[in-house]
Amino acid sequence: MLLKLIPDKTNLPFSSWRYVAVGVSFLLAVASIISVSTIGLNFGVDFKGGVTIEIASPKPIDLGQIRSGVGGLGLGEVNVTEIEDVAGAGKGVLITVAQQTPREGEDFDAAQQRAASEVRAFVTTTLGPDTEFRRTEVVGATVSGELVEKGVLAVGVAVLLMVLYIWIRYEWQFAVGSIVALFHDLAITMGFLSITQLDFNVSTIAALLTVVGYSMNDTVVVFDRIRENLRKYKKMPLQELIDLTINETLTRTVMTSGTTLLSLLALFFFGGEVLRGFTGAIIFGILIGTYSSIFAAAPFLLWTGVKRDWSKVKGAAPAGA
Amino acid sequence: MLQFRLWQQALIGLLVLAAAILALPNFFSKATVDGWPGFAPKSRIALGLDLQGGSYLLLGVDTDKVINDRLTSLRQEIQRAMRPLGNRERIALQAAPAIDAADNRISFRVREEADAAQAVERVRDITRAGSLVGAGVRPYEVTVTGPRVEVVMTAEARRAYEQEALADSIEVVRRRIDPAGNKEVLIQPQGGDRIVVQAPGDNDPEALKQIINRTGQLSFHRVDTAVAAEDAQAGLLPPGRIVVPIAEVEGGGSLVIWEEAEVTGDMVESASAGLDSDGGGFQINFAFDSRGARRFADYTREHVGELFAIVLDNEVISYPRIQTPITGGSGRITGNFAPEEAQRIATLIRSGALPAPLTTLEQRSISAGLGADSVRAGAFALIIGFAAVVAYMVLSYGRFGVYADIALIANVVLIAGALSLFGSTLTLPGIAGVVLTIGMAVDANVLIFERIREEVAAGKAPVSAAELGFSKALSAIIDANVTTFVAALIMFVLGAGPVRGFAVTLAVGVITSVFSAYIITRLFAGRYILSRRPKTIRL
Repeated sequence: MLLKLIPDKTNLPFSSWRYVAVGVSFLLAVASIISVSTIGLNFGVDFKGGVTIEIASPKPIDLGQIRSGVGGLGLGEVNVTEIEDVAGAGKGVLITVAQQTPREGEDFDAAQQRAASEVRAFVTTTLGPDTEFRRTEVVGATVSGELVEKGVLAVGVAVLLMVLYIWIRYEWQFAVGSIVALFHDLAITMGFLSITQLDFNVSTIAALLTVVGYSMNDTVVVFDRIRENLRKYKKMPLQELIDLTINETLTRTVMTSGTTLLSLLALFFFGGEVLRGFTGAIIFGILIGTYSSIFAAAPFLLWTGVKRDWSKVKGAAPAGA
Repeated sequence: MLQFRLWQQALIGLLVLAAAILALPNFFSKATVDGWPGFAPKSRIALGLDLQGGSYLLLGVDTDKVINDRLTSLRQEIQRAMRPLGNRERIALQAAPAIDAADNRISFRVREEADAAQAVERVRDITRAGSLVGAGVRPYEVTVTGPRVEVVMTAEARRAYEQEALADSIEVVRRRIDPAGNKEVLIQPQGGDRIVVQAPGDNDPEALKQIINRTGQLSFHRVDTAVAAEDAQAGLLPPGRIVVPIAEVEGGGSLVIWEEAEVTGDMVESASAGLDSDGGGFQINFAFDSRGARRFADYTREHVGELFAIVLDNEVISYPRIQTPITGGSGRITGNFAPEEAQRIATLIRSGALPAPLTTLEQRSISAGLGADSVRAGAFALIIGFAAVVAYMVLSYGRFGVYADIALIANVVLIAGALSLFGSTLTLPGIAGVVLTIGMAVDANVLIFERIREEVAAGKAPVSAAELGFSKALSAIIDANVTTFVAALIMFVLGAGPVRGFAVTLAVGVITSVFSAYIITRLFAGRYILSRRPKTIRL
């Protein structure tokens, strides 16, 4: 007997749940926007500038000692947290120092470097020379500014190209539907990042782009089938047709999300500390993307309507709306 | 659709085999691979700094300072050119020429307007001499309006000087970090004014930065002992003298010296660290080139018994008394140097001075320990993820799941082969990209199998159901993969560092997965259906 998470023939009225789905989505999106604008995102050194140093020592590390010691260096806001160590080489400690204001006659980037050197010197004197500096990241204002710019640009260009692709391959109604689903997924994933306060760094941008790609991927498969069914069932009411399509593609949607999530969960649990935030964001984004392609993107077509007369168009390349 | 000709089958098999052979060097040590015969593949996947440990530094060259230095020295030349020489008469200026750095401009006014033409003539003479090599462009435009003369550096010249400074800086940095040229250090320009340094394995980024960030300007000066300490403190100095701090190892404090150097670092030919023959510490031995040797001999002959100062980056590192004239062209800098410090100073002197100070804009260092942990964790996650997906596919699709799994294995082999062929760098996010690809690669098979299942449910016979399944799923497969590919492409173009590694594996994975999931699965499924002619397909 083969494993079946979704029965062979389903006939669920997804479209009629669209008001509930839209309500839920709307609430989640609004909550996300509020969270991002009030709690904010936990920007890492990549975007905020400053210093991150991860240390490990064969001896136990006294967090309080590090906290007060580094705090006493006069470097402004200092954050010291313990991190779980996968390799079992003792617990690690993560020291984050906020972006430095340069002292007199000092240049901005040099100030960040000085702070890093001071923290490293302090740690070496306090914990002894066998301390392992596992990771040191120092980002000055020039680079962090550029990384923000590039990150925003990357997400923007990605969204634009996706929508353009859908517009060329399908009609404008589909493009609108996919853009709504895309913003929905992005906004709620950002909200998730804000509430969990996962470190938001350059890799997070890669995670968001992956979510964008996946969300489109999911939506496109459903759209492809809707268009096929539009040609096949010329007289079927749109709502019925959309429900039929979602039911037909449901197994695939769940199956693919399932395999993708399986591999990502392995990465999340066994892939180590460095990747956890990155993988967490993708996992959440894929869950949301799956939800939106079933409940949000296709039913959205009911509001925009679609072109029903395909008699003049032949082949897979329509002339557009 | 399900039928493959023999040559097609052979081609598919050969392709996967070729990928496997290409991936082979990764499983052997570098020494073993180097011993293989010439036709064997040798290129392997390089580990990124985050996996093998190392330091990444992004350095900024202060190009504004380079230009400013040029303008400052040109101003001195202009002033000199206005002085009388031989039968040339003095041209009186209203004030010293002014530098306007923002506009790359030097301007001055001659006292008598009648002299303006002559002044321009002299300025043209000196700026012509400094024309850019090969470019055939004049570096400066000289214009005159009434008594006012303007000398403007052209945009081309500015760009050329900046490029020159960047190239020189890279050379100096290379000589400093990798004097013997045997380390695997990557030093590359980025943009117009940046240098990327990637030093694998180097676990002390502090030492790296210390040697890179020093300008390395060495000079020898005459010491003025006549100025009282209080006067020097108060800034009451005779013209041409400056106060310079003395290095800690030499006891600290400060010294009054002549600003103009007797000999400069560019006349030093070689330098090395050695044991101090008199004291217990280390010393730096150096030798001048012929020009420096002559100057140094002349100077020491005339100033026996006086102090002279050796200044490195505006700090006196030694100020010995000249006992006898030094005519051999070599000397030593003694002081109570620690061995590393002596070594560092010797390297600095040898490598020459940076055209402008470098600022560290970004630093990322990973210890070899964390790198090894990441490799272990990444590999473990890869195996678990792979096993989970393989099992899930067999459980869900039975025999067809096995075909999908064969395609998945082929896919991983193809990815490994492609990455080895290009000698790509594998980063931790890159491993994540492979794991994600494994999860998403079966999507194409899922699309096909679900389609076949529907056709079977619609009453189609196995052969035509399978044929229809493969052909109807294609457009959705292409659409779905194009979107992921586009996302990966953007990450590659706009992404920084490790993100690019993720983008590369994701993009490669998308291409190989479409091939393996669509073609290899079809090959196996087709053989089964056509040879066994099953009555029903279980999916």
